[in-house]
Amino acid sequence: MIHFDQVGVTYDGATAPVLRDVRMRVEEGELCLVIGHTGSGKSTLLAAINGLVPHFTGGTLTGRVLAGGRDTARFRPRELADVVGVVGQDPLAGFVTDTVEEELAYTMEQLAIDPAAMRARVEETLDLLGIAELRHRALRTLSGGQQQRVAIGAALTAHPRILVLDEPTSALDPASAEDVLAAITRLVHDLGVTVVLAEHRLERVLPYADRVAWLPGDGTVTAGDPAAVLSRAGVVPPVVELGRLAGWDPLPLSVRDARRRAPQLRRQLPGTPPVTHRSAHTDRDAPPALTARGIVVRYGPLIAVRGVDLTLSRGESTALMGRNGSGKSSLLWALQGSGRRSAGRVSVAGAAADPADLPAAGARRLVGLVPQTPADLLYLDTVAAELAQADRDAHDSSRDAGASGEAVTARAILDDIAPGVSHGMHPRDLSAGQQLALVLAVQLAAAPAVILLDEPTRGLDYQAKAGLTGALDRLAARGHAIVVATHDVEFATRACDRVVVMAEGEIVTDGPAATALTASPTFAPQVAKILAPLPYLTVAQVAAALDPVPAP
Amino acid sequence: MSALTGQAVPAARRRDTAASGGGRLPRALHPVAWWVWAGALATAASRTSNPLLLLLIFAVVGVVVTARRTDAPWARGYRFYLGMALTVIAIRVIFRIVFESGVTPGDLILFRLPRIPTPAWYAGVQIGGPVSLEAVLSATIDGARLACLLCCVGAANTLANPKRALRVLPGALYELGVAVTVALSVAPQLVESVQRVRRARRLRGASGRGLRALRAIAIPVLHDSLERSLRLAAGMDSRGYGRTGNATPASRRLTATLMLAGLAGLCIGAYGLLDITVPRAVGIGGFAAGAALCVSGLAMGGRRVSRSRYRPDPWRWPEWTVVSCGLATAVVLCLNAGYNPAALNPGLYPLQWPSLPLLPAAAILAAALAALAAPPPPTATGASR
Repeated sequence: MIHFDQVGVTYDGATAPVLRDVRMRVEEGELCLVIGHTGSGKSTLLAAINGLVPHFTGGTLTGRVLAGGRDTARFRPRELADVVGVVGQDPLAGFVTDTVEEELAYTMEQLAIDPAAMRARVEETLDLLGIAELRHRALRTLSGGQQQRVAIGAALTAHPRILVLDEPTSALDPASAEDVLAAITRLVHDLGVTVVLAEHRLERVLPYADRVAWLPGDGTVTAGDPAAVLSRAGVVPPVVELGRLAGWDPLPLSVRDARRRAPQLRRQLPGTPPVTHRSAHTDRDAPPALTARGIVVRYGPLIAVRGVDLTLSRGESTALMGRNGSGKSSLLWALQGSGRRSAGRVSVAGAAADPADLPAAGARRLVGLVPQTPADLLYLDTVAAELAQADRDAHDSSRDAGASGEAVTARAILDDIAPGVSHGMHPRDLSAGQQLALVLAVQLAAAPAVILLDEPTRGLDYQAKAGLTGALDRLAARGHAIVVATHDVEFATRACDRVVVMAEGEIVTDGPAATALTASPTFAPQVAKILAPLPYLTVAQVAAALDPVPAP
Repeated sequence: MSALTGQAVPAARRRDTAASGGGRLPRALHPVAWWVWAGALATAASRTSNPLLLLLIFAVVGVVVTARRTDAPWARGYRFYLGMALTVIAIRVIFRIVFESGVTPGDLILFRLPRIPTPAWYAGVQIGGPVSLEAVLSATIDGARLACLLCCVGAANTLANPKRALRVLPGALYELGVAVTVALSVAPQLVESVQRVRRARRLRGASGRGLRALRAIAIPVLHDSLERSLRLAAGMDSRGYGRTGNATPASRRLTATLMLAGLAGLCIGAYGLLDITVPRAVGIGGFAAGAALCVSGLAMGGRRVSRSRYRPDPWRWPEWTVVSCGLATAVVLCLNAGYNPAALNPGLYPLQWPSLPLLPAAAILAAALAALAAPPPPTATGASR
């Protein structure tokens, strides 16, 4: 169905090819999962299937790409619209019309499909994706998951034989992501559409994949049987990591598979893990870094946060979890002082004033916040200029406050938390993880005692998340109190000591990560799910228990 | 997949019937019908300076809008058009008062403003001076005529979803319609990103004013919208937008020439028809030639695009009725037959109460039939259609 024959892609002005010597076949009805780090060429590979590379993006493509028997060298993307349906990362950016029904019909209108057939197909697709009740809604008013399902539907109505999805869930919360992935797997099984999918949440789709294409990052593509490819791939979910460690063959790809193999491993492991899941830096003897009492945030009739009390210790890293709309962002913005706060007090160690009563420059010296779209804070041409500006801002505000002390430059902070970011680059050309690190460095230059991050893991791959975990660890070791709003259980397991779960603006769970994360099956990391009732959270703990030598 | 169709369609029908409560099924009237109706009323309004007739047109438009608008966002805009109409009248009257003009000897002088001397090179315009009742009245009537046109346009916008109206553009103009639709949806996104970036700026200390602050907001917003538009372009390309079919450059040039010539003809024709001093033949001839050229241009252009339309609006008797009662009004006021044409434009000298010509008044009232002929608008869940 899709055939890559000796394909190489080089973008204009680039010195090295993005893809080289790619030979790959995807057969009819297969689900092909594309994995690899950010920047390894996944999007290029996907965009080559319908000819967006090179027709739309520019660059040079050597070799041949056949999609449904058509050579993309001769057919432009629009002429392949009846064969290949494409769904991108941000559904809202791809919508052309403004209501669900019209969006579903759009591609068919372009293909001049008979109005009666169009009507029938729209109805079918509405049911297939479970969005019938949204049919008259304006696209902008839908939630992210609903929007993405509409985008998939809009690609499907044209009855393409190939569906290409580029990280369709990277901007979604877990519940919406589940909906979307469930819809995709249903398509593969019920309709026999050939699906090519790039996805970070490997654990959700791996069980359904017929083929995995791994891009190690040097431009080549290794494609083949999922278990075989994953035994070598660098990006793997914890379940595969655990499988490798335990020497299971073939590798288990789902929690269910692994759990069926696990009884023997469970017998081997000691009842309590020999090491904790992470080394905490919490300093409980020092006065708390931040104390918030009775925080209320309301937007008209909507109460986003209802009377939350929160105390953060120095060196403590806290995960703030909960579904979308549970008040996580509102709470973070209210703590920082820039957001709306209808009632409540916040006091920060070493400061007399509430950050909300201070001017913006003063508030950020007490509490730093990295917003959900970090790039909003970047406006200069180079990384170096941004860092210099951050130092100037920090210097000005500390002089205004009459404080003096050892000044750590933003550049030093960036080199510490994300080594290897080229200072001459344009901030917009950085990867999502590097942008996040840059904004974190900019915010840390003001030396706040408390640092808040609003969903920093969105769109980060395993590697970038590991980098962020390391950076946060070092900050905690230096005594910063950290709060991370996140949906990512695996990330919370590795990066946080404490878990706070919010629902409807209230805190429903607050406790150490080890107990909070194993208490409920939905909030448990994969390793805990596989090894329950044993309280193991990470593969590293299992490794330490199996091999006592490196443990101390 | 097709097995599911059988269940879905009756469900949709059931909802339609339930909402109607028996009588006629609520549905949106074809947008073109509303535009033709409003256009015809605007033409009628431009033909008369009889305040009674103008008031009647105002009333008819108001009644129809009130009766047949939906609860959708664009349908709430009529009062802005009303506000604009009143402003037009006010501006017109104020200008006539301040820049003394239109005052003839023997006028009824209301009051006198102090005259401000103007330099010699500005002699044509006089500021201040006597203000006569006749001048004010004629300004009010002039303003009212313009306001009437505005209200007609506003009514069309209120009654027909502007985006749906774009969808009925002929195939050759499809790209234009898409461009407008996309532009309309970009505006709220832009506002949203400006708000987000401004809020985020506080996190960085929000230091600096003026140019730097502008830059700190503009750069992220522009980056954002540029990225978004590139993604939209890629998405539209992969979804088949701009499949050209079999157009040659020569045929495209021919289409463009036909269209431009046709539009020029239409302009001349419209001017000729609406301006009473131009010979009637020039107007009708220009209009007919322009229309013919445009139609052939559109047909030429439409031939190269192969595209279909999802749930096209039907054109049934309500559409015919709405269009014909609108057109009847325009025709009666344009033909000047069956009544004294002078009654359409009563003079202010001598000052007298204008007479109400029966036939034009009846014709304008007939336009109100549109409120009865048009089906009730869909409500609640169906509001977007």
